[in-house]
Amino acid sequence: MASSIRVRATSNGDITEVQTLIQHPMDTGFVKDAKGEVIPAHFIRELKFACNGKDVFVADWGTAVSKDPYVKFSFKGARKGDDLTISWTDNKGGSDTLTAKIA
Amino acid sequence: MSPRPLATRRLILQGAATVALLGLGNLPFAPAHAAANDKYPEEAFKLKNEADAIKALYGRAPEASDKVKLDAPEIAENGGVVPISVTTTLDKVTSISFFVAENPSALAASYRIADGTLPSIANRLKMAKTTNVTAIVEADGKLYSATKEVKVTVGGCGG
Repeated sequence: MASSIRVRATSNGDITEVQTLIQHPMDTGFVKDAKGEVIPAHFIRELKFACNGKDVFVADWGTAVSKDPYVKFSFKGARKGDDLTISWTDNKGGSDTLTAKIA
Repeated sequence: MSPRPLATRRLILQGAATVALLGLGNLPFAPAHAAANDKYPEEAFKLKNEADAIKALYGRAPEASDKVKLDAPEIAENGGVVPISVTTTLDKVTSISFFVAENPSALAASYRIADGTLPSIANRLKMAKTTNVTAIVEADGKLYSATKEVKVTVGGCGG
């Protein structure tokens, strides 16, 4: 199955810019489905970015993060070709991991 | 949820130790602060009120600062997807959090910033209705904030 994580990490001299899109419903637990039944909360709680064995950016999310979340940040100290590992876990125990090369 | 009893016990012990050391009350909150920067802030995400959530996450109130630049649309047609970004010129930033005051729970997202990571984040949040959005930047142990109102035409919390 294709990964839920799509990432673009581009190095611009010393600074690496990371843009990430994750496929996830991010259900709040407030929405009802067509039959009028509440869709239980289902959301990513933690999203981590690690580069060269170090966590560079950690996101703690609640249900207020939009469906199919997008996040952008930048960090220093990585070079072209370095590995960037992205991993998330959600409130139902689901998770996914992807390692991308910095371009 | 098998680790629960142990964790609770540890929290109680930590709390007791804090009280013993500092002679302060406020027992249930003391351990939460210590954990704010390295663990998922479960409690803070559950609180409805913005001030309570800020207190649970950081243990104190921020001061407004023009060094925190919050970028949010004035009008959001779809409250389900509102692009919000923040940048700051402050040094030694360790965390950035976003609060949406009128949401069922105010804390939307909290980001831990490592050394060498730039204090600049863009993400997309849901908003139930027209609301103030606050970004809090923790820099060198102090809290700074910026707030902006977003007018929401169609709420993003369903219902």
